[in-house]
Amino acid sequence: MTSTRCAACKYLRRRCASDCIFSPHFPSNNPQKFASVHRIYGASNIGKMLQQLPVHLRAKAADSLYYEAQRRIQDPVYGCVGIISRLHQEINTAKSELAKAQAEIAFFNAHAQAQGQPQFNLEAAAPSFNTFLPEQGSSAGHSSFGPSTWFY
Amino acid sequence: MASSSSYNSPCAACKFLRRKCMPGCIFAPYFPPEEPQKFANVHKIFGASNVTKLLNELPPHQRDDAVNSLAYEAEARVRDPVYGCVGAITFLQRQVERLQKELDAANADLIHYACNEIPRALPAQPAVTLVHPMAPRQRPVELNRRMGSSEGDGGFYQTASSFPFSYPLPWNAGDMNEGGGGNI
Repeated sequence: MTSTRCAACKYLRRRCASDCIFSPHFPSNNPQKFASVHRIYGASNIGKMLQQLPVHLRAKAADSLYYEAQRRIQDPVYGCVGIISRLHQEINTAKSELAKAQAEIAFFNAHAQAQGQPQFNLEAAAPSFNTFLPEQGSSAGHSSFGPSTWFY
Repeated sequence: MASSSSYNSPCAACKFLRRKCMPGCIFAPYFPPEEPQKFANVHKIFGASNVTKLLNELPPHQRDDAVNSLAYEAEARVRDPVYGCVGAITFLQRQVERLQKELDAANADLIHYACNEIPRALPAQPAVTLVHPMAPRQRPVELNRRMGSSEGDGGFYQTASSFPFSYPLPWNAGDMNEGGGGNI
């Protein structure tokens, strides 16, 4: 019996039923996975969340919960939101760099046009972010996802 | 940091838990009664006792940010029970990668200009300054590889006191066509 318990039931020191909701997603060879999610969410909440999902989506849910739990353990203040923040900053930086590059290309295009030379297609260079100026966001340089809708 | 007067009005947490909101309630500064949904989400995903434990492990000056980040994650998980915040991370990573490709293409174009430019046609100018590609940075969080690993994602840096709470969830942007997550 003891060797077939999933990591959750081993952790919780209980019998692992044949229909244990945790066992497909918390195998006994990865005790860290359940320990992490249990620490952040609690077994009951994990069980409820998995229970509410169709069976074919539970594995992904368990993995994403594990990921978030790991990030929260590493960064108890910001967790995953710290990563989101960093990605937003990277996007803002990339947009600024792209705008500068496009401005330089436009300069050369104008020069080439004046000399009757072939020009580069700006659209081909940057189909999605064809702007010469960085986004005029807040002073903190927040993302351009639209108006803030933080809370309700 | 909002605070509720527990004398007159219990905090959202104590209202939700149907208990008396005592002076010194750990939730009261962070869950004002005007935002009941905030605690409802956090309670649903994390549970009150887990939130208490998390807060107790933090110094007081960090608890406001911690609660707000928990609320953000909880809301994300309520909206997307499969991927939660990870959906947003995947979406943003793809944006970063797409931008990087476009930047690389633009820099390649600039190199081409630099190679083809006839120096005598221009007044003395400095060499073309390539827009620097994004500085070497940690690779985007690789969810596929990092799932199941206890290692960090390379030390992402957090904002210090200015928490970016104004970032909306991608669900509000209206342009997130991917249903969250993806390859995790």
